[in-house]
Formats: sequence, C-alpha cells, structure tokens
Amino acid sequence: MAHLPDIEANGATRKGRTGFVLTQSGRKVLWAWSFLALPILFYSWIRFYPTLSAFWISFTDWDLLRPANFVGLENYQKLFADPVFWKVFRNTFAYLIIGTPISLLLSFVIAYYLDKVTFMHSFLRALYFLPFLTTAAAMAWVWRWFYQPIPIGIINGILSNLHLPAQQFLRSPAQALPSIMVTGIWAGLGFQIIIFMAGLRAIPSTYYEAARIDGLGEWAILRKITLPLLKPTTVFLVVFSSIGFLRIFDQVYNMTSNDPGGPLNSTKPLVMMIYQTAFSSFDMGYAAAQTVVLFLILLVVSLGQLFVLRNR
Amino acid sequence: MRKRFTLASLVAGISFMALSSAQAVEIEYWQYVFETRVNAMDQLISNFEAANPDITVKQVTFPYADYQTKVIASQAGGNGPDVLQFFYGWLDKFQQGGVLQPLDEAVFPTAEIESEFFPIVSAVKRDGAYYGLPTAVRSLALFYNKKLLDEAGVAPPTTLDELVDVAMQTTKTDGGGNITSEGLTLDFAGQDHHWWREVLVRQMGGEPYDANGNVSYATDAGLQALNFYTDLQTAHNVGLVGFMDEGQAAFKAGLAAMTVDGTFRLGAFSAITDFEWGVVELPANADGVRSNYASYFANGIGSGATEEKKAAAEKFLAYISSTEAMQVWLDVVGELPARRDAALTEANLADPIYAPFLKGLEYAHTTTFVDEAGQRQTAVDMVNRVLLENQDPQASLDEAAAAEQAMIDAAKK
Repeated sequence: MAHLPDIEANGATRKGRTGFVLTQSGRKVLWAWSFLALPILFYSWIRFYPTLSAFWISFTDWDLLRPANFVGLENYQKLFADPVFWKVFRNTFAYLIIGTPISLLLSFVIAYYLDKVTFMHSFLRALYFLPFLTTAAAMAWVWRWFYQPIPIGIINGILSNLHLPAQQFLRSPAQALPSIMVTGIWAGLGFQIIIFMAGLRAIPSTYYEAARIDGLGEWAILRKITLPLLKPTTVFLVVFSSIGFLRIFDQVYNMTSNDPGGPLNSTKPLVMMIYQTAFSSFDMGYAAAQTVVLFLILLVVSLGQLFVLRNR
Repeated sequence: MRKRFTLASLVAGISFMALSSAQAVEIEYWQYVFETRVNAMDQLISNFEAANPDITVKQVTFPYADYQTKVIASQAGGNGPDVLQFFYGWLDKFQQGGVLQPLDEAVFPTAEIESEFFPIVSAVKRDGAYYGLPTAVRSLALFYNKKLLDEAGVAPPTTLDELVDVAMQTTKTDGGGNITSEGLTLDFAGQDHHWWREVLVRQMGGEPYDANGNVSYATDAGLQALNFYTDLQTAHNVGLVGFMDEGQAAFKAGLAAMTVDGTFRLGAFSAITDFEWGVVELPANADGVRSNYASYFANGIGSGATEEKKAAAEKFLAYISSTEAMQVWLDVVGELPARRDAALTEANLADPIYAPFLKGLEYAHTTTFVDEAGQRQTAVDMVNRVLLENQDPQASLDEAAAAEQAMIDAAKK
C-alpha cells in the first residue's frame, strides 16, 4: 500500500456528470467495495444476522408457532440445572479431548512413514484419502453393522471365532462413545494425512541434508527440524479437527438412529441435543440457549489453541 | 361477416377459458414418505380428479423424520398445505399452533362421524370439534414365523405364559451362549413401548394414565409389567434388544420366531418369500384379559385453506375418508379401514391376517401423547437403565414416571 500516494499524486482526475471528483485510487477502492458488497451483504444476512438473532431467541420461549415472550435467563437456568446437559457436555469434551490427539498422532505417524515410501506411493495415498470422500452417513451405517451383535456383526463374529465374549459396542453406555469415536477418527484421517504430507514436503530438503552431514540421528531430526517446521500445519489441523469433533453429529445420529444419542444419552453430543430440542420438541428458545453455549465453547477452545500454539 | 364471427368466437373462447380457469382449483396434500402410502394416495388422487375435473390435487411428501418440522415451519412461513396427514398424537401441538382448522359441522356432522367410525376417532376431537378424519387405523398383533414354530413343534401362543414358553422353545443360541435366532424380538423403541404401556400394564391390573391424563403406571402393576418385559432378555434369554438392529429386520430375515408389530408392517412383510408367517391376537393374561394399542394418522384441513380452496379441501377430505378410499388403502397399504362398515366386512373378518387386528380394535386403547418422541424416549430409557445399567426396576420405573409427568405438566402450562 506504500505506493498509493504516488498514484494519487499522478492519478488523472475526472469530473463526472454529477460533478464529484474521483482519483484513480478512489475509483479502485470504489470498485473493490462494490465487488465486496455482495458477499458482505450475503454473509451479513445468511451468517451474522442469524447468529445475533440466536442470542436474542435464547432469552425467549419461542416455539415456532406462537409469538415469542421474553423470559430473561430462564433458559440458561434450566440448562445448567439439566443433568442431561452436563452429560452431553462431558460427551462433547470426550469427543474433543480423546478424538483430536489420537487422530492427529495417527495421521502424523502415517503421513511421516507414507512420505518415505516410494513403492506405490500414490496408490497408498489414495487409499488413505478414500474414506474422506465417502458420505458420513454411508460410512456410519457400514460401521453400525460392523458393531452389531451375532449373527450379523462382523467384529463380534471374529471375537466369537476366537472364543472371546461378544461385546455390546453401540448398545453399551460405556463402549458406545469410543465405538463412534473410532469411526469419526477414521473418517477424518485421510484429510489430515494429506495436509501433513503437504507440510512435510514443504520443508526444504537442504535442512535434512545439512543435519545428516552434521551427524544428527533420525529422532533428533524429527524433533529439531521436522516438528518445529511443521508447526503451522499442526496448528491448522488441531483447530480444524477440534472444531470437527466439537460439532460431531452425522456419525452419532446415523449409528444410533433407533435411540438418537443413546443408549441413555451416552453418545449424545451438544449439537444433537440442540437439534432434538429445536426440531423434535420445537423449544427454540431453549435450543438457542444451548447454541450460545456451544458458540462460546468453540470460541474459547479455538482462541485457547491459537494462544498456546502461537509463534513466540 | 366471417371476420366478425371469428372475433365473436374468439371472445367467447377466451371468456370460456377465463371462466374455467377461475373454477380450476389446485390444492396441496402433504404426507410423509412411505412407498405404499404414497402409491395409495396417488391412486386416490387420480380417482378424485376424474370425478372432480375442476380440482387438481398436488401430493407433496417429506421424509418422516422431517415431516413435523416441515409442517410447523411452513405454518410459521404462512404457506402450509390445504390438506395434510398428521399423527393423532401431534394434534395438541398443531391445534394450539393454528396449523389446522376445525372441520365444518355442516359438512362433517359430529353425530355421523361418531356413529360411523371406530370410537378411537375421538382422539382428534377438541372442545366439541373434530380436527381431522382417519382413512385407516392401526392396531397391534403378534406375528409368528410358521417355519420356526413348526420346527420347534409348538403352536402360536394365546396367553403370556405360553408366549414365554414358545419363545424359549424357538430361541437358538451358539456355543458361546449368543442368540443366533430370537424367540421374540425385543425392540422397545419400535412397538414394544406401546405393548408395555397400554397392554402389559393393564394386564397386570394397572392403568398407564389416570382420568386426568397424568402418569399412573408407577405402581406394582407397572413394576410387574416392566419385570415381565426385561425378564424376556435377562431371565429367559429369548431375545436381545438391538439384535439385527431392529425387531422387524430380525423377523423379516427369518431370525426371529415372533414379533409384536402393527398393521402398517403387513406391506413390508408381504415381501417375505423364505417362510410363511401368521398373525394372532396379542396374548391374554392368565385371567383372559386382553388389551391393544390403536393409533392412526388423520387427514385435516390446513388453516390457510379458505373459500374455494377450503371447499375443494373439504371435498377431497370427504373422498379420502370414504368407504371406497378405505378399501384402496387396505388393498395397497394394508391398514384397516377407520369406518366400521368398511372394516367389519365378512371378507375381512374371515381373513386370517386382518381378523386378529380387527379383534384387537374392539378392546384397544389410544394413548394421548403430548410429546410422542419425548414420551417414547422416557420409556426406552426406563428399559435401558434396567438392562444396561442394572438399575433397580422400581427406581427406573419411578424415574420414568417423573420424567414423563414433567412433560405432561409442561404441555398443560
């Protein structure tokens, strides 16, 4: 932008019919804003306006059919007193705190070794990426059948052949959440591997050559060169994957559709509670209050991660 | 001269077209997606349009999971359907929200409705006015797999004790004790919660709800009914909740000897070719007490339909709740006619499949739901707490009763 005054000084001026004068740079700015106006208006209307109105709705008892009444903090009081909310809150953080590190660790390890493989490299990479292209609902249903009891569940079939006791998986309040999380991790793996590999490829090979000439071991190279230089990629994936796990819905809904978020709310994430409150009980005010809480969680988690992983 | 004649005929033609277009009314009919229901309605619409050339009916369908949301959202947006199908349990919400208008007494006289339809039609009556009329009604019965019962050498059960006995003899397990073929499907989220609420609780001597609509099953009778149900899995090991994902899937695959299900399943089960199946009334208790749960989808007129659209909607509603339409519905969907004369024909009463359902209608009860999905969930959780968390059945029953009562209280507010 430093060259702007120059242009303004030499810029031609023009007298329009209306008489106001625009310098060349002024016209550039006007053009830029007229192009930007459309997406800005669109986003304000489609994104920001509903976001703000959600805050307002959360203070009302709107049920879609009757006019909304202002009820103050009643929805929030109800929310914090609701044992289901706290269970759902714990589930949401379980998805996040267990899911994100495991998925990142797995995808890094796979990307790290896949990067070194030259034999059928493209084919293997495509294989890992394939689940990411599949519809979440279709994947969830396939996994749902994997987890079934005997005689149709393939995992229980294998356990039975090994003379191990059958597991309840999705029918067990303790096992259901990890069972669904495995699917979630597997579904996101392909994308994370590709991003990690792009990050690895972007590290100049001269650094590695220099390190090897200096006699550094592989472990030291990984710790001193690869990981630090991979940091922007890691930050992106941590934030991206965290938001993904905080918003998990498709897998849970499709794998537990007989008893959504069950058994006994053991797999229900906050997003599903919002969905049910809004579109099954039609309690829009209460659902909006839950949405505001989810928004604040996402905000705090994202800002916290950016702060922790910032460049010092 | 010829020119003038041409002009005159042209004017006449135009005015005739204008006249007929003023008479032509298009009304919108909404229901949820279920193949046989959509097909039956297509057939009814073409019959109706042939008889009423000035009315066109446009059928609009949505997936079941989105259906209520679509109706309510369209009401909020002010462009709802003229005629719509709704579950009787949604009426309170739809009536309070102004989705439906009451039926005109002059067109649909109350006395006529009450004498010609089965008494459960009164579940869509509020403050003396009807808000809809059903085409078909549903009741429950016990489906059994003839092949599996013959293999075990047992006859279909008529009492609850026989039910347990037959289920035990038809259950197959592998070496590890895992069930490979169920005696009786256990699917509380399916129809079993109705079986428990309106049938088992009553057979144990209780009442699920009192006269004011409050929960009254947290008693000894409720406890016995709950124990009877959970014992099927824990004590008798004749079924497993979640086996083959859903009870109807297990029965359809030939991996369950018996299942409690409704008339609406007849269409799906008629596709079974691997084995013969039959239907009997739900088992009686030791004293011969029987009960059943009946429900229905009614068709009502949207509050947005006025003047000629309202008249067309009334004509269409009258047709789809006529005896003729009910026969089409029975043939295509397999659901029982809602009018007594259409249902209780000699042919139907002699039919081995329809007869048990029709008998069930005579002693059936209809639950007044305030939040159908929510109340079902409390019942599902009640059974899950006992089966999965080993909670004391009495405690689980009390918890379910309190949760359901809270929903009923909230709806009355």
